Amino acid sequence: MAHFTCEVVYRGIFQKNLAARICRGIVLSARKAGRWGIAFGRYGDSPQRNGIPAKDFAIVADSQEELEQNMARYEPKEVDVTICVDDTLSKGVESWAWYGLQPINRLTVSGGTVLMTSLQSPAALLKDIHKKEAPYTLALIRAKASFSGLWVYKEDHTEARILGALAKIQPEFLSLDAVCQAIQEAEWGSDLKVASARKAHERLETQPIKITEGNAEIPYAFEKPKWWEMREGVTIPAIPIGKPMEGGKGYVPERNPYFKKYTTRTMRPVIDFDKCVKCTLCWIQCPDSCFDVTPEGLYDANMESCCGCGVCEAVCPAKDCVTMVREDAFEDNASQWEMWRTDKAKYTTWMTDKIHSKEHITRSHGFRFRGQYEEEIKKDLEQGGIEITAGIPGENAAGKK
Amino acid sequence: MAVETKPAGAVADHKEMLISGSEACAEALTLADLDVVTAYPIRPYDTVMQAIAKKIANGHLEAEYIVAEGEHSQFEIVKHASTVGARVFCGSSGVGWMYAMECLTVTPPLRVPMVCMVGNRALDDPGAFGVEHNDALVVRDLGWLLIWVDTAQEMLDTTLLAYRIAEDRRVFLPIAISADGAFLTHSQTICQVPSRALVDKFLPRYDRGDLLLHPDNPITVAPQANEDWVIEIRRQNDEAMKRATAVIDEAYADFRKVMGRGPENPWFEEYMTEDAEIILIGMGTISLPMKVGIRNMRAQGKKVGLIRPRWFRPFPTERLVKALSKASAIGVIDRDYSFGSPFNSGVVANEIRAAMYNADKRPPLLSFICGLGGREVTLEDVAKAADMCYAAAKAGKSDPKTHWLGVRE
Repeated sequence: MAHFTCEVVYRGIFQKNLAARICRGIVLSARKAGRWGIAFGRYGDSPQRNGIPAKDFAIVADSQEELEQNMARYEPKEVDVTICVDDTLSKGVESWAWYGLQPINRLTVSGGTVLMTSLQSPAALLKDIHKKEAPYTLALIRAKASFSGLWVYKEDHTEARILGALAKIQPEFLSLDAVCQAIQEAEWGSDLKVASARKAHERLETQPIKITEGNAEIPYAFEKPKWWEMREGVTIPAIPIGKPMEGGKGYVPERNPYFKKYTTRTMRPVIDFDKCVKCTLCWIQCPDSCFDVTPEGLYDANMESCCGCGVCEAVCPAKDCVTMVREDAFEDNASQWEMWRTDKAKYTTWMTDKIHSKEHITRSHGFRFRGQYEEEIKKDLEQGGIEITAGIPGENAAGKK
Repeated sequence: MAVETKPAGAVADHKEMLISGSEACAEALTLADLDVVTAYPIRPYDTVMQAIAKKIANGHLEAEYIVAEGEHSQFEIVKHASTVGARVFCGSSGVGWMYAMECLTVTPPLRVPMVCMVGNRALDDPGAFGVEHNDALVVRDLGWLLIWVDTAQEMLDTTLLAYRIAEDRRVFLPIAISADGAFLTHSQTICQVPSRALVDKFLPRYDRGDLLLHPDNPITVAPQANEDWVIEIRRQNDEAMKRATAVIDEAYADFRKVMGRGPENPWFEEYMTEDAEIILIGMGTISLPMKVGIRNMRAQGKKVGLIRPRWFRPFPTERLVKALSKASAIGVIDRDYSFGSPFNSGVVANEIRAAMYNADKRPPLLSFICGLGGREVTLEDVAKAADMCYAAAKAGKSDPKTHWLGVRE
């Protein structure tokens, strides 16, 4: 008797289809050895929004009865493998209906595996991944996060590579042959994908992680009230009005202390305060009221409430004042304005390093770098009549010579 | 190293698919060669509507797919389509189902064999996506046949059975198949899907006969009527509902003959009840934690069993009373509420109390409310309910209080 449980932690909408395919692939692969399985999502995550962390699960077992034994709960209490398909989730997960921040490895069983797609080194990732009271293995597939949309799916083979890697991690449940067979037979199957699964199986990098390793931050949490403590009439108190920042000047809005939602972010705005024209547009247009108004009338994005939507960058009329930078370039949520006023020269160095690195400002979703659209339009006008969208790598792979 | 198990393989003339409860419903609708379907999105029912749309788009099903502007129209359209002889499907969830309420009341008296899926969802407010059974239960007095299923396989089979039963001329009543939001609608499991040839052997074409609205058969449907006609119309509905019992028995027997599988007892599932001292009762996917909980309790020597009612309307009074009379105590876990009802119990508990009233042997009955809004029903909740039933059995009397399990207090 044996069973195998997996979770896929993913970005809502952007990776919805990817996560579902991975979980289906696990069950279909395990079925090749006659096992039973279930693939399902965490229903509280179901009202997905762009980037909000969400979870899908797959459980397989030798018999139907054993499967029932393990699926008789809302979601698994522990998993053999945590699959994380965007390494910025290694900072932790605050989902739609969760309370507080959950470390990415929270459900990973002692001796289990966190399987991640990433270009970062294990050491860099461990600055973000929280410490765990049990040893586990960090397994890496060298890949960028695969993002697409609600109705489209990027055929970049990420699901096949994950399945190939799982065959290395849990060969007794998913043999490589079974995985390849399932991929070939599945609705999205191809020989090319089978080759990708085999390569990922071959190239998987693993590193054992000790209980002393990882981010020492204590994730924020809160206690839910009892039924008789709650206000009646499905009524909750409004968030109070804010206060001046200091010396009666500026403005800091009050924020929801329970739902911070910053783990939704895959990019954050970096602000060049010297270029700000104080037009107020970022402050007004931010859908999450994340900007604090400083005493001198600048706008400081609060990193505990920023979802990384990029509206501030889009509306800012000052050239290079707001630049969206990939989340993996940061290690904390510290105030940029505090850093700037403490040491302007140091801030400029820090900021320049972020916003001038193509690697850091390459988009996680949508257009891949600022000005991509303009560049493509220009090219089209100059060269006459060629395709203006270059396409996402992998999408047109079949057509490429 | 794990134990190698043999591939189970598909049942004869079936193919195996990894599908959710909603996708299983769409598979059955395709096999039933549905004619008209209306759609309006609300979670979790929307998963069915997406699955049917995909079937049509992929050329597996030829049907009219009408996106209505709300649930009221959604249910009106299929009601009319059914009167002109179309096999129809519709569905909704939670307050969407409520928005169709007027159409839900007119469908049974017009004897329209509409088949619906209710993806059970808590009623607003608060806006919540999780399961409660109050949505479907709202029509329990109106002439709808109501059934709860607990697996994707049962959803597939029941959808086929529902057309056979609803479209039987002796019945001609609508059927709502209830599927728990999330646990069933959004979970993919391995299912056996029968071939079209098998389904054709089991499911005849819909024939509306003399009730067909057609120029060659001039009739008026639903003229105004008052006290001189109404009670007779209600009596007809009452008779149709009573006749449904035999039709359901017949349909399941035939299903077993044709498909080579399916339950012996259509009305309720009995799990480890032969020697059970305590019988727990729960509808829908709550059966999963209950069965696992019971297996765990059996390992400790506690003789606990489960009855999972499938058909709630018509209510299998005699059979259920017979099955329950042998228990030392009964525990009903409702995933619904009925505020201000006798003993402040849930709907199922009070139905069973009523059913037991004339029984020769009435074991103590305890009532529990658990899992509202999709809250997890834990193995500990189930064990607690069973232990309280043991205490009532020992005392030889019912505890009239309704116990809420899993609420923060």
